[in-house]
Amino acid sequence: METEYGIIVRGGGEPNPIAASSALINAYVASLARRIEWDFQDESPARDARGFVREVQMAPEIETHLVNAVLTNGARYYVDHAHPEYSGPECSNAREAVLYDKAGEAVLARSVEAAARLLGPGQQISVYKNNSDGKGNSYGAHENYLMDRAVPFSRVVQHAIPHFVTRQIYTGAGKVGAEAAGAEGVEFQLTQRADFFEEEVGLETTLKRPIVNTRDEPHCDAQKYRRLHVILGDANLSETANFLKVGTTALVLAMIEDDWFAVHGRDYSLAHPVAAMRQVSYDLSLRRPLAMADGRQMTALAVQWEHLELATKYADDIGLGPVGGDEVGRDVLRCWEEVLSGLESDPASMATKLDWVAKHRMVTGYRERHGLGWRDPRLFAMDLQYHDVRPERSLYTRAGMERLLSDEEVQRAVTEPPTTTRAYFRGRCLQRWPQAIAAANWDSLVFDLGGDPLRRVPMMEPLRGTAAHVDELLARCSTPAQLLEMLGS
Amino acid sequence: MAEREQIKKQAPSRSEPEQVEEVPAGSKRGEELKAELDDLLDEIDEVLEDNAEEFVKSYVQKGGQ
Repeated sequence: METEYGIIVRGGGEPNPIAASSALINAYVASLARRIEWDFQDESPARDARGFVREVQMAPEIETHLVNAVLTNGARYYVDHAHPEYSGPECSNAREAVLYDKAGEAVLARSVEAAARLLGPGQQISVYKNNSDGKGNSYGAHENYLMDRAVPFSRVVQHAIPHFVTRQIYTGAGKVGAEAAGAEGVEFQLTQRADFFEEEVGLETTLKRPIVNTRDEPHCDAQKYRRLHVILGDANLSETANFLKVGTTALVLAMIEDDWFAVHGRDYSLAHPVAAMRQVSYDLSLRRPLAMADGRQMTALAVQWEHLELATKYADDIGLGPVGGDEVGRDVLRCWEEVLSGLESDPASMATKLDWVAKHRMVTGYRERHGLGWRDPRLFAMDLQYHDVRPERSLYTRAGMERLLSDEEVQRAVTEPPTTTRAYFRGRCLQRWPQAIAAANWDSLVFDLGGDPLRRVPMMEPLRGTAAHVDELLARCSTPAQLLEMLGS
Repeated sequence: MAEREQIKKQAPSRSEPEQVEEVPAGSKRGEELKAELDDLLDEIDEVLEDNAEEFVKSYVQKGGQ
């Protein structure tokens, strides 16, 4: 999962989001470097947090070129389109993906703290995990799924779109108002992103955004795999919403790989998918039916119930291996059913589970208490502040949301890589030999051992390089040269 | 300010079919929830940015992906 965060420096000076993003990330990396020195004296360097960045600059306040850091948890932390972006490491199931996305929030919160020390008097840096500035500018929270290259892309498009459109009823992060033309009357909607989608299928991500993005850059063996780049989701703070977003989508894509919809004679193609995205997002009652391509009328809830039914059958007949195993897969199915039931009987009952319901409850409560109109800036301020990454400013942290993760595991995930993908190898090597790694990419590590030419270790299989594969090997190596020798590269 | 006042007039709760249903009043759970919400709103009053209008207006982002 990759998230572009909103960023602003308030209190003087011309806004320069690229400089602010660079300063933020450099401040984080520099704070890690200081910790390493400190921990080194403590003689436990191997276990400690380390960051790695090409061309480390220790003067972040003047550093403005694009920063690109790779963290020891396997994530990439960099500046993209004038936003700080955190791309979590590859994960093998939905729970792990949510854990590493949440660790990203902790990274950003620490970055804000570190960067605050570098600001001028009266200046304040704020970072938001949301997707819109409320003025028509949007930035994304993308999901990436590894798929079998052999699956025809047209089948992916056909069966993914209905899920993408209807899952909004639980994935939405909520928004006061609307930013699409002709939506001036909308007071509150389920999602941040629906206003910004104009096409069904396409390559764009920054304008004329499509529901299904066709970027084909797998970062792994392109003969075997496709990376489906999903760009229409909201950045979730709610762990439940995030878990369902990734978990249900992984299930639906596994079903598409096995042609499960055709086998069961199901097709939920929508008559007007782009319009349907907004219709779903603007319908807080969840009761307005959508026009299906075959002439039926179905609510988003009904479409979701049928997807759940198909997924349950898929789990029983095929198994949950394709989504990372039985335990997490069954959790997704249980959570999915619980949330659909709750939304059906009374959406307000989901106020401690889903972002949009939590935000709606706060905003409507506040509005009623103070007798405010829907265009009152205080409501927009609440919307924005819901997403502040600083716990002391965030309204999300005050919403009493149910947790799936513990604080301890989130803190651990800030520096420790997941164990079940190639991110493990990347993270461990960065922890042990940061000085010897010239570059780290999703599908390779490049070692610089001094005199020799740079040595590239390819990692074309996302599910290799796990703890099970490489722990023993790494334990036998005390230097990167030994590692390369054993790898035979 | 004129804008805010003008908008205020249309605000008071006309019946809104699209509004999320409220928990039935009077039930014990309903009262608990209301008390929780009151506490939450008190807290929001404390932490909400002071000058909401400027706070919102100044937040302009370059579009991203």
